[in-house]
Amino acid sequence: MSQQTIKDSGSDRLFIIFIYLFLTAVLVVVLYPLVYILSASLSSPSAVAAGKVWLLPVDFSLEGFKAVFSQSSVLRGYANTLFYTTLGTTINIILTIMIAYPLSRKTFVGRGIIMFLLVFTMLFEGGLIPLYLTVKNLGMLDSIWAMLLPNALMVWQVIIARTFFQMTIPEELSEAAQLDGCSDLAFMLKIVLPLSKPIVAVLILMYAVFHWNSYFEALMFLSSRELYPLQLVLREIVIMNTVDISNITDVASYSAQLNLANQLKYSLIVLTTLPILLIYPFVQKHFVRGMLIGSVKE
Amino acid sequence: MDTNRLPLQKNKSYLSNQLTKIKLKQIKRHWQLYLIVMLPLLYLLIFKYIPMYGALIAFKDFNAVDGILGSPWAGWKHFEAFFTAPNFWPIVNNTLLLGVYGLLVGFPAPIILALALNEIRNGIFKKSVQMITFAPYFISTVVVVSMIILFTSPRLGIFNHLFEFMGFQQVDFMGIPQYFSHIFVWSDVWQNVGYGAVIYLAALSGVNPQLYEAARVDGATRLQKIIHIDLPSIMPTVVILLILNVGQFMKLGFEKIYLMQNNLNLSASEVLQTYVFKVGIEGANFSFASAVGLFNSVINLILLLLANYLAKRVSESSLW
Repeated sequence: MSQQTIKDSGSDRLFIIFIYLFLTAVLVVVLYPLVYILSASLSSPSAVAAGKVWLLPVDFSLEGFKAVFSQSSVLRGYANTLFYTTLGTTINIILTIMIAYPLSRKTFVGRGIIMFLLVFTMLFEGGLIPLYLTVKNLGMLDSIWAMLLPNALMVWQVIIARTFFQMTIPEELSEAAQLDGCSDLAFMLKIVLPLSKPIVAVLILMYAVFHWNSYFEALMFLSSRELYPLQLVLREIVIMNTVDISNITDVASYSAQLNLANQLKYSLIVLTTLPILLIYPFVQKHFVRGMLIGSVKE
Repeated sequence: MDTNRLPLQKNKSYLSNQLTKIKLKQIKRHWQLYLIVMLPLLYLLIFKYIPMYGALIAFKDFNAVDGILGSPWAGWKHFEAFFTAPNFWPIVNNTLLLGVYGLLVGFPAPIILALALNEIRNGIFKKSVQMITFAPYFISTVVVVSMIILFTSPRLGIFNHLFEFMGFQQVDFMGIPQYFSHIFVWSDVWQNVGYGAVIYLAALSGVNPQLYEAARVDGATRLQKIIHIDLPSIMPTVVILLILNVGQFMKLGFEKIYLMQNNLNLSASEVLQTYVFKVGIEGANFSFASAVGLFNSVINLILLLLANYLAKRVSESSLW
């Protein structure tokens, strides 16, 4: 805002100082836990246990990260999560475009009904149990499909994509293409898709973050530990406190072993969150754009 | 008059006839679009509408052999059982308390942040605050709860290191029911305040600069500008988001609550959705759990409709 051109009055100056103080406090409160986790993961296990870490790493060491990989479930969890995220997002994108594009065409008779069917699922849902029974009846329990299909489409993302298509692909263009003998399918593949790279990027981000972070589907539908995604492994190790210390053998005493078992939790948190926070600075503005497109009403 | 109406009516039915013809022609011409939309519709049918229909088992005594259709009807039995159960009121109370508390704190927080950010000049500081407060939104629920548990852990957590340092007794925060709602609500604010502020900031950037000019000429202070210009301009956005938030009221991040639960804090942390999960999926008591879940969904729908209705009455903005 360019309200700064005129000199602030005394009370205004006080007010703006207050605002700066407030925002600085917010900044510190939000940032501190993240910095602390990172520092703790890079400190020596005994320093973390003794409470010597406050802001920066103390006795820098990578032992925690080494110990994380002694947990066999972690690497498998990483691989599973990568798989679910990649394949799940691909399915999401395909289905989202398949429904969002037709819904964006005014000549598509019945779009009102389909839109209603879509939005209604946001207002009312059958609930956990009926969903569980449906997945069970389909024979998908404890299979990778339970991680990919129940969330194959999300309404909010469809609305974002539809709004984008409405704004960027004019009705005249698709009509003209039709007159020239271009079929709807060919038009979608040759014209719509190349033009919608920005929105596809936004959708990929949104869906991928969802898959990477979700744990509840896995908790509900999976029972084989080989299929567990990373988030569920993290839950076991940190929240349920089941570190397998039998593999941490290169440590002298039992108490050192326990310290390491505690510290590897910090390292695991860093490893789970890192991929997302690393791309975050680059994708933030796309994410914001997606949110704003979605909030355009009709 | 009468002689005039007849041809008009004829005209009308002729028109509607033509309209259906045009529609049919459109459908025929765009048959590929209908083919394309089939797969997503199939998804909706299987994973959204069949479970809605499956909620019927709340009124049945479901057994796996007979399936949803074949199982015998039970009427309102499961609802009555739930309403008269000794844990009915504690669970409903917890759900309402966490929901209302979360809404009272979590809803205004991003508005305040956005208004504050809007006051300062565009620059590195503003960008940093925006970027850093938005970041926790991308962190998973499991990681956030893991962080809470590590920070509040009785012997090794940083809070207790701090308490120790200051000479206080150590506290097992997660084991004390009275603390549960505060930890839940404020960690949510930590995670979502920056995300929530984004939409309000966009709305604020659309405010006509002439309004500020005029206010300045009239000698308005910054606070007055916020109250008389900023707040009214973002009101429509506020109302819409409030309705959406109320619509999420009964869901209230139960995935997070479930992770934060332990045996010690259960008296404050058991909510409808976590109860459904435990009784239904862990306990395989499908019909009873569905009844509880359905109760939850219906209350949620009623709240949403009510919020939308009230918003329509009080202001011009509403969802539909």
